[in-house]
Amino acid sequence: MSYQLNGQTIETDEEGYITNLSDWSPELAEVIAKEEGLEMNDERWEVVNFLRDYYDEYQIAPAVRVLIKALKKTMGPEKGNNKYMYELFPYGPAKQACKIAGLPKPTGCV
Amino acid sequence: MADGDTQVPILDDPLQVPCIKPGAMEGLQPFLASPEHQEALGFPGELVPDWKEKALAKMAELAEKNRAFQVYLDICVKCGACTDKCHYFLGTADPKNMPVARQDLLRSVYRRYFTFAGKYFPWLVGARDLTEDVLKEWYSYYHQCSECRRCSVFCPYGIDTAEITMAARDILDAVGMGQKYSNEIIGKVHAVGNNLGLNPKALAATLEGLEEDIEDDTGVSVRLPIDEKGADILLVTPSADFFAEPHIEGLIGYAKVFHQAGVSWTLSSYASEAANFGLFIGNYENMRLVSQRIRKAAKDLGVKRIIFGECGHAWRVAYSFLNTLAGPWDFLDPNYPVPQHILEFTWNEIQKGTLKLDKSKNDHMTITFHDSCNVARGSRMGDMPGGQFEIPRNVIKAVCNNYVDMDRDTIYESTLCCGGGGGLLTDDLMDLRIKGASPRMAALREVTENDGVTHMAAICAICKTQFSKVMPKYGYDMDQIVSVHQLVSNAIILDGQETDDAES
Repeated sequence: MSYQLNGQTIETDEEGYITNLSDWSPELAEVIAKEEGLEMNDERWEVVNFLRDYYDEYQIAPAVRVLIKALKKTMGPEKGNNKYMYELFPYGPAKQACKIAGLPKPTGCV
Repeated sequence: MADGDTQVPILDDPLQVPCIKPGAMEGLQPFLASPEHQEALGFPGELVPDWKEKALAKMAELAEKNRAFQVYLDICVKCGACTDKCHYFLGTADPKNMPVARQDLLRSVYRRYFTFAGKYFPWLVGARDLTEDVLKEWYSYYHQCSECRRCSVFCPYGIDTAEITMAARDILDAVGMGQKYSNEIIGKVHAVGNNLGLNPKALAATLEGLEEDIEDDTGVSVRLPIDEKGADILLVTPSADFFAEPHIEGLIGYAKVFHQAGVSWTLSSYASEAANFGLFIGNYENMRLVSQRIRKAAKDLGVKRIIFGECGHAWRVAYSFLNTLAGPWDFLDPNYPVPQHILEFTWNEIQKGTLKLDKSKNDHMTITFHDSCNVARGSRMGDMPGGQFEIPRNVIKAVCNNYVDMDRDTIYESTLCCGGGGGLLTDDLMDLRIKGASPRMAALREVTENDGVTHMAAICAICKTQFSKVMPKYGYDMDQIVSVHQLVSNAIILDGQETDDAES
């Protein structure tokens, strides 16, 4: 599997997570989201940006609880909750949002 | 993710036997481990040129070392008692998912090369040559077994299909055909200390956030200590407890119980994983290396006791094999079992009366309990037979007013697998996971309709994740699966806790 962006081929693993994290760009996020059947909007960007900032600091994606707690502060309780996150990312905020954010897939019993 | 096309099987009865559909799951191949993931575990990076010789040599070695494996291959009389006992057969109707058929995939090759009749009259005894197609068939159908051992309960000879699946996977790894999901994860445990790859800095930040949450919620400062030397208890818990829902609610529950019991405890960033996927791939050396991390952490921190959190197969490895893998544990306090389950600890505290519990905090739920396969059939808990069934139920009943069991043929030693155990909890097997959950979902549906059950509690990280993913396919919400210690957390009133009553 791979993505096409501006005539370039971006390599991914079998499930569409990019192989080189440095290949990521906001334009690529739009492409990945489209592959997932999603349009990027302000709320999705808010999640993706938070994941990338957290990854920068901790080299791993945050727990869903940590993500929601942070978004509750910025988006308010109506949107900063688990149900709304699954509306934004039907395959789960951790896995699908990480894919769009260009981060590795969380592994383990999760 | 390929679950959009799954025909969700709706069974009238949890144990309803389907009309067989030969080849229904043929060709299902989970992603292969990359050379990098293979080599990190000491396996060849890809299929070796002399795979046939290597596979047969490995089979011979396993038959020699593991007498049970050879006996299981030799003694099956094809009585058929196991045929309808596998949740994957019930959910997929593929006859190769009948336990005896699954065993025969390997038994037929064993007969061909290791028995007199199979060497000279293969056509008489169902013996067949080992070919590349056979190897692919093994890879497919030995990744459609969750090693739950339900079939072994019904086998009059006690043949354990899980042992045969583990041996098959060990052979596949030895020739360079490992599974990505399990092997990538084991590599992370060797390198970082847990399945997630959660580093100490991120783990400490997560725990600090949880301490804040508990204090916001209760007004009481409850600690989740990490790497604290001199603590009495080392808690080893699945790393999903630091990451996923509803697991993390259970972790909060453990912390509240320890706090209220007044004991000193710590987590370890070096041994930040209870799970041991070495069991799933049937590889002793990897299982040993994962277990050794717990020994080193216990020694380095100078603890007196080890307690395991809610994790199914971790408890089997801990209860049944820890002494062989990482013992002797003579440096720990002999007054306590090595290891102890968090439920044993909590149940003891409840009996001593140290926990103040308000059951009405769980009155918005009617609970049932899903026995996890590795706890139910691979271990025990407490000091009486059947403790692994009674202690979790005792704890739930001590913190909830409304409890109902599911159909007796689907719980206790006959419990149905969640459908995601044994290294199958991966998105590339989602179709199998959804189908394999159908018997449990039918049993849950019965108590939902007849008794008003709203939530199912579990004590295994895999069960919790699997159910939160597949329950929505069966008309439930993902938050209708809960941790047992989440229920404890809801009910416990900490000393000094701000309660609604006190505020009014």
